[in-house]
Amino acid sequence: MYNAKYIIPGLVIFLALVLFPFMKGAGHEKKFEVELEKPKNGSKECVLPTNEMRDKHMVLLNEWRDDVVRNGKRIYKNEAGKEFSMSLTNTCMDCHADKEKFCDKCHNSVGVNPYCWNCHNISPVKKGGK
Amino acid sequence: MNSSRRDFLKLAGISAVAVSAGTLGFLGQGANAADALPPVAADFKAPITAKRWAMVVDSAKFNDALLQKCADACHSYHNVPSIGSNKEIKWFWSDDFDATFPTERPAHLSEEMEHRKFPLLCNHCANPPCVRVCPTKATFKREDGLVMMDYHRCIGCRYCMAGCPFGARSFNFQDPAPFIKNVNPLFPHRTRGVVEKCTFCVEQLAKGEQPLCVQASDGALLFGDLEDANSSVRKALKEKYAIRRKPDAGTEPGVFYIL
Amino acid sequence: MIEKALKGSPRYFGTLFVLLVVLGIGAGFYLYQLNQGLVITGLSRDVSWGFYIAQFTYMVGVAASAVMLVLPYYFHHYKAFSKMIIMGEFLAIAAVIMCLGFIVIDIGQPQRMLNVLLNSTPNSVLFWDMVVLNGYLILNVVIGWTSLMAYWKRVSPPTWVKPLVYLSVVWAFSIHTVTAFLYAGLPGRHYWLTAILAARFLSSAFCSGPALLLLLTLLLKRVTSFDPGREAIKTLSTIITYAMCVNVFFFLLEVFTAFYSNMPGHMDPLVFLFSGYEGHTYMTPFMWTAAFLGIGSLVMLIPYKWRYTPEILVPALVMLVIGTWLDKGMGLIVAGFTPNPFERVTEYMPTGPEMMIALMIYALGGVVLTILWKIALEVRKEVEGTL
Repeated sequence: MYNAKYIIPGLVIFLALVLFPFMKGAGHEKKFEVELEKPKNGSKECVLPTNEMRDKHMVLLNEWRDDVVRNGKRIYKNEAGKEFSMSLTNTCMDCHADKEKFCDKCHNSVGVNPYCWNCHNISPVKKGGK
Repeated sequence: MNSSRRDFLKLAGISAVAVSAGTLGFLGQGANAADALPPVAADFKAPITAKRWAMVVDSAKFNDALLQKCADACHSYHNVPSIGSNKEIKWFWSDDFDATFPTERPAHLSEEMEHRKFPLLCNHCANPPCVRVCPTKATFKREDGLVMMDYHRCIGCRYCMAGCPFGARSFNFQDPAPFIKNVNPLFPHRTRGVVEKCTFCVEQLAKGEQPLCVQASDGALLFGDLEDANSSVRKALKEKYAIRRKPDAGTEPGVFYIL
Repeated sequence: MIEKALKGSPRYFGTLFVLLVVLGIGAGFYLYQLNQGLVITGLSRDVSWGFYIAQFTYMVGVAASAVMLVLPYYFHHYKAFSKMIIMGEFLAIAAVIMCLGFIVIDIGQPQRMLNVLLNSTPNSVLFWDMVVLNGYLILNVVIGWTSLMAYWKRVSPPTWVKPLVYLSVVWAFSIHTVTAFLYAGLPGRHYWLTAILAARFLSSAFCSGPALLLLLTLLLKRVTSFDPGREAIKTLSTIITYAMCVNVFFFLLEVFTAFYSNMPGHMDPLVFLFSGYEGHTYMTPFMWTAAFLGIGSLVMLIPYKWRYTPEILVPALVMLVIGTWLDKGMGLIVAGFTPNPFERVTEYMPTGPEMMIALMIYALGGVVLTILWKIALEVRKEVEGTL
């Protein structure tokens, strides 16, 4: 191998850097736990069942966004036949009033930063918000 | 009508307000008590529709106070920030004859007309140059004639602002949130880097209500379907002569001014 | 071939270093803009396009001007341009990269840039501008690199380069025409609403771009032993002169239409630029300087004895570049927005941070150009034994 005296140490350093996060976390595996505040207004039913919401709420919100803004449709009917107004601000955040205690809990833990909050950052039932 | 669900939500909303600490300061100047609750699906069951929405301005009925009232009704509900510099954002404002109708090039205007102020807003043209030039269709024309904004898609290129012959569009040069006097939590504000403008209150129309400026105008603004011969706008246009701004631009504006 | 950019004289690395420092400082200001928004610029609700878009417009012209070399050399086998041709193509590459850079720094939500592709809108000229600019970049990279590589390997270039060259000739005209169409189809902007805008853009491009190329190659002649050749310089300076004559002529045509018709919509922007509108005279010094520099450069370029004298040619070219830059890079955009749709004036001047961010893009173009020209020169030195 040409330049072996540079390449071998270089490879070792590279592997060390790449594997460092895995080595550091090994042995301390925690279950992914987040505590989400339940809606204060007593509402028990979300638009979709909880496990479905967890997986699909981003897709649902994108569909809602396009339906309301671009197609002028505002009423959503879920599988149970219940109707909702398709609005992040007025439907979702009406029940989940405190974004920091609900939405941000998961988002911060998994490290995502949806840009929705640039505009839809105030709950309709509480003044203020960030 | 699902009144029980509506009642439940009303009760839940009031309880939530009672439980949370803050005051009901979010009402703003133009929103009335009925708007204190977020709209639910039932509110959108009876929208008002049209083939082509248009507005007729009875300009003689306006004075400075009424113009301010209409502008406040719009800006406070829609969280339009007050920037106060040449980077301002306005959806509904007023100006004199020369600025409203620059193509008229008046000479020896009557004294009353010289001092009259006219409301200015997006004209929701039938042939909008802003829609033609938008590279992402972030601004687009609906079938009912409204020229709409999709703030989620806008890349902030400001081509639409260059294209509009009426100067109806504003750009968010910075984050607008610090400049919104009384936030209305029922309507999102915009983010920096997108263009915004009057949308003929599409969210009010969806609830079956008139645009907020029309509601605040005490009858000085008429709003209706231009293609319905019996609408208020057509009736007004039949009786009185009305002009539009910059007709030669060929954009076919939807706002008519009775002088 | 790219390894040829890695070894060079202290002057070469010094140039790169200075450009990278400028780029770095500009990048710091750009981070500030990304943080605060376009509020840090001098733009306003009325003048919503300004310095960045003006620089973009000017550099599209420079990019398109490569055709002034490509056309004689490839179509008409004008061998005198053989040393300059690769330099012109590489300047076009640097210029298009600068154009794209100026667009990116101007838009309000740059992370949503790809929306233009994802939601493509063929009725928008901006969509087509993006298509033609990127296409031109790819064309020039492919043609330039392949030709240089073939020259380096002492073989003739592959046959498919020829049709691409012909395509690039047509494409060069199209990029600046499409850029002109951005402005020329807007019903509310009377300064731009003229059929001759595309022609003005092209004529201004075809004098300012080659002038910039000639100045840079003459600079190269000073700092290295690269000599484009006496005939190439003479022919290029003649092309520049003719193009500048057309440029000035087209501008005077605009002046005639505006003032003989006496139509306010046509006159007002010109009055604003050259005499001031309702007391706002801040643009007049720039525009009259542009006029004097432009006419002055013609006076120095038209007599061939002067044109072929480097001591007169160089100042004339400098005056031409500055004059056309003032016209396109300062006057054009502002005058489109002034007076505004309400017949009022909102003054626009770029702020310090705005100019530094623009300088960042210019430095980026400079880095690209320095590296590409270094490669071209090294290849020539290797093949010919001398520059």
